[in-house]
Amino acid sequence: MQNPYLPYPVRIDEIITETEDKSLKTFKFVFLNASDEDKFTYESGQFGELSIAGLGEIPIGIASSPVEKGFIKFTVFKTGKVTSYLHAMKEGDIMGVRGPLGHPFPWETLEGKNIVIIGGGFAFTTLRSSIISILDPANRSKFKDIHVIYGARAPGMLLYKEELAEWAQRDDINMNITVDGTDDPDWKYLTGFVPTITEQKAPPGNDDTYAIICGPPIMIKFTQPVLDNLGYSHDNIIMSLENRMKCGIGICGRCNIGKEFVCKDGPVFTLSQLNNMPKEY
Amino acid sequence: MKLIKIDQQNWNTGIEKAKSAYRVFGPVKEKNDYEFKVLGTNEMPDLNFRNTRLSPKSIIYPQSQVMFTYSIDETKDDCRIMKEVENVTSPMAIIGVRPCDALSFPIVRRNFDTPEYQDTYWIKAYEATTFVGLACNSACDTCFCTSAGTGPFGEKGLDVLIIKDGDDFYTKIITPKGEAFAESAGWGKKEQTDITAKIKELKTAAEASVSSTVSTDKLKNKTILDLYDAPFWEEEAFACINCGTCTYVCPTCWCFDVQDETHGKSGIRMRNWDSCMFPLFTHHASGHNPRNNKHERVRQRFMHKLKYYVDKYDSGIQCVGCGRCIRLCPVNIDIRKICDKMNNFDTESCKCEATSS
Repeated sequence: MQNPYLPYPVRIDEIITETEDKSLKTFKFVFLNASDEDKFTYESGQFGELSIAGLGEIPIGIASSPVEKGFIKFTVFKTGKVTSYLHAMKEGDIMGVRGPLGHPFPWETLEGKNIVIIGGGFAFTTLRSSIISILDPANRSKFKDIHVIYGARAPGMLLYKEELAEWAQRDDINMNITVDGTDDPDWKYLTGFVPTITEQKAPPGNDDTYAIICGPPIMIKFTQPVLDNLGYSHDNIIMSLENRMKCGIGICGRCNIGKEFVCKDGPVFTLSQLNNMPKEY
Repeated sequence: MKLIKIDQQNWNTGIEKAKSAYRVFGPVKEKNDYEFKVLGTNEMPDLNFRNTRLSPKSIIYPQSQVMFTYSIDETKDDCRIMKEVENVTSPMAIIGVRPCDALSFPIVRRNFDTPEYQDTYWIKAYEATTFVGLACNSACDTCFCTSAGTGPFGEKGLDVLIIKDGDDFYTKIITPKGEAFAESAGWGKKEQTDITAKIKELKTAAEASVSSTVSTDKLKNKTILDLYDAPFWEEEAFACINCGTCTYVCPTCWCFDVQDETHGKSGIRMRNWDSCMFPLFTHHASGHNPRNNKHERVRQRFMHKLKYYVDKYDSGIQCVGCGRCIRLCPVNIDIRKICDKMNNFDTESCKCEATSS
């Protein structure tokens, strides 16, 4: 019997400060025991529990993609006890990771489909993982058109800026990068809130088109009616939720929304599923 | 199933013998209540109790349990690496488990032992334990076991059921684990006796003494959102002080928190019973709380036991009818009343009332 609460020991290999306010950092972890990497076989959309001895554990979406080998990455917003401590840790420090946990985005369903990826603020981590997976030469032909709408408050608050710029140059992905506002004369992308840009740039909804949305509640609240108007069925709108978690495996009992646990039954749900669940998230 | 009759002397010697093979737990009087304790040499389970203050839940699932140890000494190779604590459980036997409490273990098992994940701590303790039940010859006013999936002579979750009749112990051996316990108590070679008629008589009388019931037949037919949006939650929760007593005394409440505690250079990661009655239970780091209001937390507790669990496992309610939460609630919130409200809630009639008013 495997103890599902035991974290794999990892070393912090690299720390990248993502945003100008330094509130978001990406941590690249390497497994201390190489065989643990095989056990941590994941798909985009899943999450892990980052574990720091003496502080506790935090559930964080996996920002790396399964096509990236030799490490796993998590982008963490500094907000509570564990994340604040993590932000003060150094490259080379040892900690733990448990996972992968939860369900990924429904990749089998998404094969052969158009995908619109809509992200806001720092909820772009599992979306980054998804884009890397989709753009991998072995995978790109499995999907039709890919649209990305990603917004942040300001240019300095965007995650993965270099990758965004690279993707914007490609012709096999339709990038729409936006900020709420900026006075930067060199800003060469869009200005406007995510719902507005979605209205202008997202393809119309049909059976073959799926939207994946991750973002702050306010963004989701205003993007959903836009997708309704564009003709997206609620089965084709896929969201990823967060709730306070401890175990991450559906046992400790706190992250439930109705009878579903966000950790084990989610964090990915379709809007159709969410429509039949209490709004306890 | 084997049925044997044991007299007081054989009972005493049997329990004493069993202690060489098992850590034997039994009810012991402590101040005004009974609690399950490990029985020392010559200490007998005191069977003169109605029910114990707390169920034997904590024997399998301690209120506070060390999961891992760690060192934060940077000079050590294993610094900040979690190490499993030794988790080998020697055989245990719990004597005097009431049938309601016995049913809680198979109910809770569905949470801890799943196809995807096995909670090694709970499962190892559960598997090492033999449950020796004690039938109730008469029920308390707050018992409603007969409508919660068991009864005063219920056998679910038990390896042995003892039925006390005066100085005699009628002993039903239910499972191979029970057989092994009887063997080690020296009861294995006892002749099977025909006491079926006598047991039936006692059982009928005991069942008749259960004076309260709940209705659960219509819980499944309603949608989660119908019951969640029902208009009675604020009113039912009005008196609640969110003390959490109901969750701590409940044999089927299983929620826990995980905390690290460091002393000097070493520490432990442990889990502690937690309660959905507490605001912090669901409080996000951002400050947002999906169950910020008292009535939302009260609703969660009852919806979990009487609807979410029912829908998820299709195996009845997550309640055994022991009545502890009713007896110990400081503001008299009564799960029987709420269960009936939920079961009898008529979505249609409610909609009509709301529209007309």
